[in-house]
Amino acid sequence: MTTLSPPGTSRPADAKGPAGDGPERPRRRRILPDRLRRAGLPYLLLLPALILEVLIHLAPMAVGVVMSFKELTQQYIRNWDQAPWIGAGNFRIAVDVNAPVGEALLHSFLITCAFTVLAVSLAWLLGVTAAILMQESFRGRGLLRALFLTPYALPVYTAVITWSFLLQRDGGMVNHVIHDQLGLTDSEPFWLIGDNSFIALVVVSVWRTWPFAFLILMAALQNIPRELYEAAQVDGAGIRQQIRRITLPSLRPVNQVLVLVLFLWTFNDFNVPYILFGKSAPEAADLISIHIYQSSFVTWDFGSGSAMSVLLLVFLLVVTCGYLLATGRGRKSR
Amino acid sequence: MRRSPARTAVTVTLAAALTAVTAACGGGSSTDGEGSNDKPKELTYWASNQGTSIADDKQKLTPELKRFEKKTGIKVKLEVIPWDSLLDRILAATSSGQGPDVLNIGNTWSSSLQATGALLPWDDEHMAKIGGAKRFTPSALAATGARDKDPAAVPIYSLAYGLYYNKKMFKDAGIDEPPATWDELVKDGKKLTGGGKYGIAVEGGDPVENSHHAFILGKQHGADFFDASGKPDFDSPGAVKAVKQYVDLLAGNKIAAPGNAEYAKRETIRDFATGKAAMLLWQAAATSIKSNGMKQSEYGVAPLPVQAPGSGEKGTRSMVAGINMAVFKNTDNIDGAMEFVKFMTSDEEQRTLNAAYGSIPPVKAAQNDEAFDTADLKVLREVLTTSSAPLPQVPDESKFETLVGTATKELFADAAAGRKVTTDSVQKELSAAQQQMRK
Repeated sequence: MTTLSPPGTSRPADAKGPAGDGPERPRRRRILPDRLRRAGLPYLLLLPALILEVLIHLAPMAVGVVMSFKELTQQYIRNWDQAPWIGAGNFRIAVDVNAPVGEALLHSFLITCAFTVLAVSLAWLLGVTAAILMQESFRGRGLLRALFLTPYALPVYTAVITWSFLLQRDGGMVNHVIHDQLGLTDSEPFWLIGDNSFIALVVVSVWRTWPFAFLILMAALQNIPRELYEAAQVDGAGIRQQIRRITLPSLRPVNQVLVLVLFLWTFNDFNVPYILFGKSAPEAADLISIHIYQSSFVTWDFGSGSAMSVLLLVFLLVVTCGYLLATGRGRKSR
Repeated sequence: MRRSPARTAVTVTLAAALTAVTAACGGGSSTDGEGSNDKPKELTYWASNQGTSIADDKQKLTPELKRFEKKTGIKVKLEVIPWDSLLDRILAATSSGQGPDVLNIGNTWSSSLQATGALLPWDDEHMAKIGGAKRFTPSALAATGARDKDPAAVPIYSLAYGLYYNKKMFKDAGIDEPPATWDELVKDGKKLTGGGKYGIAVEGGDPVENSHHAFILGKQHGADFFDASGKPDFDSPGAVKAVKQYVDLLAGNKIAAPGNAEYAKRETIRDFATGKAAMLLWQAAATSIKSNGMKQSEYGVAPLPVQAPGSGEKGTRSMVAGINMAVFKNTDNIDGAMEFVKFMTSDEEQRTLNAAYGSIPPVKAAQNDEAFDTADLKVLREVLTTSSAPLPQVPDESKFETLVGTATKELFADAAAGRKVTTDSVQKELSAAQQQMRK
């Protein structure tokens, strides 16, 4: 918030300035006090953006919160006003892990956590490795960079639908390679149903997100002064030590943001599982976004779906704040 | 406290914006009346995907819409919506009040959508405008909403399940005629399975398709998935038998390829048309089979098998499948919408459209046309009039399709992964589905 603090408000000398010009100057009558006018300008300029932000982000969230306290089933979706209030009923059902609905939500939540941890760390690892390897210039570096960024540039639907064809059991490329040609498996495995669907989901998600990590880290690496490395080389540090002592610490502020962004994207990802598995994801890959979609759209219970969304929102807020606090404190001490 | 005026301004703006938005949300759908005539010269029509592709549908429908425009001067804006998003779109339209004027719905959704109150009820007065309910076949009318209410929609295309079989493969395996009971089907299937070919193909990854078969087999085992008061009853012994029998085509009997467990994009029809599978259970598949390169003379159509020869409920061979046409209550061209439904259900249009899609006209007078005397449609028509039952006409029907269909999909996945599918495991899946219904 500090960046938003209006300039001028803290300068009482300014306010006295005009008064010092003498009493002969007629004071224009102002609708707003001087102080407020000055203070208000930055906010006025911010207003259009703020209104849009409220309309596009905050209002739907608020509506979602309202919905979560209503019994918004098929009888009422045409006329929301008439849907009865049921207090915390939807929430009670969602968090009651001994009942089927809560149990399924918890299962989905745990799956999502495991998926997120795996996908984010793999995407980051791939990104940082590729970025470091691509630091030195060599023939074909530009081409390789462009190639690496392709998954990020492709529209998500096109990319993931291609994956779903590759991953088909009969006639899919993946099975053709690992079963028919390499003979790694005894029988052709399923990738889109059953337990393997989790692996498929992680792979496709990492494939989608790692170019972003790569791109950001590549940019960050450009900012590390060459001299540091030269000095380290003079002191006899090897490549590993250089990476550990110079590269990684210098990337720290970028990593902080990057990991957070990757976490939020991956945790909330709806497109990839939806396109890969359709409306009913296999149990092993039942991500929370799909699960909530199922709970609201497919069973027509929007109140229950909203309650789950609100819980998700709270969870993500807590994680994000906790993360920022933890990493922020580290930054101050530096 | 130096920031306070600004902060107040922000708070006020925020609050104002929020109220405006929430008010708009509530207000958009508050018209309880039955439509208006604000825009008498145009209509928006959401058609379901009946042809082999969206483009195919547009090609088939556009000339008819042009004729309607010539006749009445009303321009119809056509949008063909794929099946996997149609229900979502309808729900979104219902909650926002911003929808089409006229739309197609899967007839199994009739009661569920009826319960939302989004569709114009077809009372006697409205029905009279399109020639009265008597013009339609009773079986098709049975799938237009709850029995004690006015229909939520009128039927425009009727469909039924049939057993499609590959004549040559049957002949090569020494089978003279299509199976009449499920035991025979399994026996024949085993003869036909081998050398990379399978007795039958099933769309195991598609919940909706699964739920239809669960329903038909359930009827044959004397199980309804809802009791008389409309409460779900997903895990009765008959229901368990039905689902297990269907999954066993792949699991126990192994007459369907394991890969079928992930089929959800009509790969089943492709496998049948390309000779990878000898049998197929599908609704009016003629046009799709043709587009996959198989000639009409190469396959035969028979009614679905039953458990044992007999009649009554246990002789159910199909659900009443089909498409209904509904008028959205919030329409701003109610007279035009009525006019359009009248046009689409007229004898002439019914002949043209059903012939184009390979379905059966639910309008009696339109059925007397040689286009509907093909080998498969004759069988399907017979099934529809004598041995079909509508899916439960209760508000929770759409949840049945999702939950039981998904449970069946999981069981197929288990079977394909080599795990045993037993009465217990089926019972467990269905009980879990049942519990999802209880809140």
